[in-house]
Amino acid sequence: MQTSKVKPGELTTEGEPTHNNVIRSGEIVCQEVTKHFPENSRPAVDHVSFKVAAGDLVVLLGPSGCGKTTLLKMINRLYEPDQGQIWIGKEDIQTLPVNQLRRQIGYAIQQVGLFPHMTIWRNIAIVPRLLGWDEEKINMRCNLLLELVGLSPTYLGRYPRQLSGGEQQRVGLARALAADPQILLMDEPFAAVDAINRERLQSELLIIHRKLHKTILFVTHDVEEAFRLADKIIILKDGQLIQYGTPVEIVVKPENEFVAELVGSNNLLRKLSLFDVQSLLEAKQYERHNSFSKASFTSIQPQENLRTALSMLLESGAEQLHVVDNKGKSHGVITFQDLHRLLFEQFTSPAAELE
Amino acid sequence: MNLLEEVIHYYQTNQAGFWQATQQHLVLSSAAMLISLVVGLPIGIWIAHRTRIAQVTINIFNSLRVIPSLAILFLVLPYLGLGFTPSLVALTFLAFTPVLINTYTGLRGVDRSVIESATGMGMSKKQILFQIEIPLAIPAIVTGIRIASVEVISSATLASFIGGGGLGDFITRGFALFDVPIMLVGAIPVALLALASESVWSIFLFLYQKPYAA
Ligand SMILES: Nc1ncnc2c1ncn2[C@@H]1O[C@H](COP(=O)(O)OP(=O)(O)O)[C@@H](O)[C@H]1O
Ligand SMILES: [Mg+2]
Repeated sequence: MQTSKVKPGELTTEGEPTHNNVIRSGEIVCQEVTKHFPENSRPAVDHVSFKVAAGDLVVLLGPSGCGKTTLLKMINRLYEPDQGQIWIGKEDIQTLPVNQLRRQIGYAIQQVGLFPHMTIWRNIAIVPRLLGWDEEKINMRCNLLLELVGLSPTYLGRYPRQLSGGEQQRVGLARALAADPQILLMDEPFAAVDAINRERLQSELLIIHRKLHKTILFVTHDVEEAFRLADKIIILKDGQLIQYGTPVEIVVKPENEFVAELVGSNNLLRKLSLFDVQSLLEAKQYERHNSFSKASFTSIQPQENLRTALSMLLESGAEQLHVVDNKGKSHGVITFQDLHRLLFEQFTSPAAELE
Repeated sequence: MNLLEEVIHYYQTNQAGFWQATQQHLVLSSAAMLISLVVGLPIGIWIAHRTRIAQVTINIFNSLRVIPSLAILFLVLPYLGLGFTPSLVALTFLAFTPVLINTYTGLRGVDRSVIESATGMGMSKKQILFQIEIPLAIPAIVTGIRIASVEVISSATLASFIGGGGLGDFITRGFALFDVPIMLVGAIPVALLALASESVWSIFLFLYQKPYAA
């Protein structure tokens, strides 16, 4: 992956004075949060309660109009709830100065919203400058962030319109990460990007998440995307929280017919296609075999989905697939039996074991 | 003598008067532009964030726009008499509408997602106005200024009818004497001034937008 040169320690701003930080935790708690726009008959967000642990990547999933954006915008107070409370760590966000709060929460949206009259450097530097960082530190940060999102530092002097949609979205992500916030809010950031770039961006987001341990609230209506990214998924319908759980919990034990329908729990193949081989391996906590001879077996890469794994098992007639990454390193094996166990509820929660 | 020679001859024999008229013309036009900018820009910015008031204001000024410049001159006559002041008021009024409307539409035209991300990043209203909205509205605002300046420079010739002076004096004189060369001594510089103003603003706009245009 082209983004892996940056070492984790370089990307945090540990050791910064924290006295002007209003946010000291990545934990988000919503309590009975309700928002009713006067022009609508029912609330856009209806008594929603949940808790997101610091460092989790939680996806808000649901059909268009179910209130995902409204819920997200209440967390950085672009909207104020009519009822209920939102806490970040121990702080009720209502009690915090609103612009301070927003400067410490990264925000990325589908339309990107880059400032067209400013260079990429100025775009990324917005929040650091608001926070009074010195020029030299901002320069270092900009270079690091561009590398992190897979763009060359030569882009710093360009203007947004000189970049492709995917590149703009990468800059949007870099800008959201600029002041090293503990929390990142992302509203369908990849929805307008073409399929190939979207997958690439998703993988890179996962890598960034693993590296930086930010709390990420990610809105999407795309079920595949939700399952690729999420530690946990919140399913919303008509403003109400229907289910909150790990991807496996949601597929294996859908709360109701709506969830089952949405994630395709009734279709075994679809169910398999939502998980990658890696997650099954992690579920098994399989011991590593590093000394296989690589000649005589059917192999599969960890990031392939399980539907592909099943096809390969069926087509090759092999009893097991050896999981080998693109560097030739072996990660273990998976069998029919494992797929069967996943589908029929015999794993508790692979994602839970990722912690 | 051909026409051009006659024009030049008239100019050479009336140089003092010509330059005085040109100066009057420029002072009148610039003053009208300056006042309409000083008043129009803040009002345009103020109403851009207040949709209701904006609708009403814009509608009023748009409907007043149909009144011909000449009519405005004569309408202010009974109140302000003859000379520089009524001419200035009429021209300011003329320039005000494009400045106001373009400021308003320029600010309203700023991409909502840009404002949303600026707000979401914790910029204050004032920072958004001065760092984002106004810079992005500059092309529309300057277009308004360009339109207004051309209109003002050409309409300032009418000031002559109510004793406001300017290059219009040559046109009225030439007209009264059925003397085309005298008329041209007024008309040609007016056309050149309008053209110059148009070009200056266009070049400014081109240079302003060039770096970030796709
Ligand atoms: N600013 C607003 N004013 C009025 N109604 C709104 C506003 N924003 C959203 N809504 C309504 O609230 C509901 C939820 O919208 P939204 O949160 O944007 O849904 P989603 O992001 O899930 O597509 C919709 O019915 C939408 O029409
Ligand atoms: Mg939305």
